[in-house]
Amino acid sequence: MTDPTIKPLTMNFGPQHPAAHGVLRLVLEMDGEVIERADPHIGLLHRGTEKLIEHKTYLQALPYFDRLDYVSPMNQEHAFALAIEKMMQIEVPLRGQYIRVLYCEIGRILNHILNLTTFAIDVGAMTPLLWGFEEREHLMEFYERASGARLHAAYFRPGGVHQDIPDGLLEDISAWAKRFPEYIDDLEGLLTENRIFKQRTVDIGVVTLDEALDLGFSGPCIRASGLPWDLRKSQPYDVYDELDFDIPTGKTGDCYARYLVRVEEMRQSLRIIHQCIEKMPSGPVLAEDHKVTPPRRDDMKTSMEALIHHFKLYTEGFHVPAGSTYTAVEAPKGEFGVYLVSDGSNKPYRCKIRAPGFYFMASIDQLSRGHMLADSVAILGSLDVVFGEIDR
Amino acid sequence: MPADLKTQSDLANVLDEQKQHLAVVLQKAPEDISIFRGEITVRLTCDQLIFALTRLKDSTGGEFTQLSDITAVDYPGRSERFELIYQLLSVKLNQRLRLVVPIAENAVAPSVTGLFTCADWAEREVWDMFGIFFDGHGDLRRLLTDYGFEGHPLRKDFPLTGTVEVRYDDSEQRVVYEPVQLTQEFRDFDFESPWEGIQTSMRQVDASMIDPASLLKGDQND
Repeated sequence: MTDPTIKPLTMNFGPQHPAAHGVLRLVLEMDGEVIERADPHIGLLHRGTEKLIEHKTYLQALPYFDRLDYVSPMNQEHAFALAIEKMMQIEVPLRGQYIRVLYCEIGRILNHILNLTTFAIDVGAMTPLLWGFEEREHLMEFYERASGARLHAAYFRPGGVHQDIPDGLLEDISAWAKRFPEYIDDLEGLLTENRIFKQRTVDIGVVTLDEALDLGFSGPCIRASGLPWDLRKSQPYDVYDELDFDIPTGKTGDCYARYLVRVEEMRQSLRIIHQCIEKMPSGPVLAEDHKVTPPRRDDMKTSMEALIHHFKLYTEGFHVPAGSTYTAVEAPKGEFGVYLVSDGSNKPYRCKIRAPGFYFMASIDQLSRGHMLADSVAILGSLDVVFGEIDR
Repeated sequence: MPADLKTQSDLANVLDEQKQHLAVVLQKAPEDISIFRGEITVRLTCDQLIFALTRLKDSTGGEFTQLSDITAVDYPGRSERFELIYQLLSVKLNQRLRLVVPIAENAVAPSVTGLFTCADWAEREVWDMFGIFFDGHGDLRRLLTDYGFEGHPLRKDFPLTGTVEVRYDDSEQRVVYEPVQLTQEFRDFDFESPWEGIQTSMRQVDASMIDPASLLKGDQND
């Protein structure tokens, strides 16, 4: 008799695979169709962001944050700006805070549309993607009208936002936000009760709450496992504590629960957007301390003091008091943290970026063991990974 | 920090209480626990790390069940060159805690993968970026850098431009590695003002010595 056991087959998934959500190389050890071990090889998009930041002034370092999770750029600028503000104890004007929250929620919807629709295409549904990208285009237009750039905005600055939003923008955002629930309903109509979609996602990649904590999960992924944990509520920053919104949680912790949580989060983000537009105060958007923020353009043309400030700010930059801080925000994907160490000079001594996706990616092995090959694609899609922030 | 603590004195009191409590739980002297901008930092030695993390994770009143991140900072001038940084989060207490562990260049740190699964990749990254070895990790491969990469990029003595560059060689039909060649030297501008003093930050000097309002007035008169 010959030995009937089959040697495990090693399979290479990626790095250029449409379902790899970027550049992921996944080495899978297969027993037939079943995954025995998954070994992700990451770092193909590693650009040395943390090293580069150590060689730039604080203000020059800010645009690197757009390039991490390029699906929701402003949410990450927010973490860096908050870290600097915490170290320097700068107060942000109220209008600046509201604009930041407004754009963070726009970023959250941008992110969730991309994730949900690409997740759907991974498991076989094409239409949501085609519809969703039209909506994303509207949102990126709002980004462009405020900051001048669709993606790499560099809009949030230490002390507020770089410039005030143009007239008429709030009305347009409001009109869009009134229209958008229709899209969410359409999306849910296509997916939520879809037989094929549910077959591909229900009971796939189940994470219990204890596992989720142990694996370093955060954001929608930990909420899908049943923990109502959201930094916007539990450790509020900017004006989130003045806004009324709910934290959706899932019960099962599977791919389907993560999908449902994200859909509901989009609806909650719309509530926040409406409240921000309603409550938007007038006034300055950037702190008046011109050692940290640039002076107004017309002041610069007439005042020597302002000109000096401008020159010093864009060459030397500002100095941050020595010390360290770990400041985290609730980015669309989860807890995005910045550990900033300052030695009192004008450049960060060390800036560690804690990306939520890094820990999602690390859990792929545990989550996909014993699942079929096709399920690994569903798990990957539901975890919402973007390699810009994982590889940094 | 909890949202109901609005006033600074409330916050300071709570932080002080937590500090005392932590000193008891971790069997540390209160001087080893510092508070900066409302964040608690505990300094430990390498051999206390596992004990401290176990206590923090399991003991009642601690319950720091999530390890948010592990990282390191390089201080080339010090006798203990690196600092390992562990960011902990207690979901129950809604509190963060940072452990700082100084470690020498050739020393070996204990792996905490037995306590927190997510330490697996975090430690691999620290090994890759800083070259700090973790004892008991089991699978300490490089994580972010290229296959066959040499050096540890986030050490302060590693050049920003790296050491090798790649290009596709037509004759060999493959990607080849070559020493990095720059058409222009890397320019590291030092814009630090020589007048502001070396130790103090600019803001501290400004607040004590210069009144911006008076400067502005004088300017307008000109």
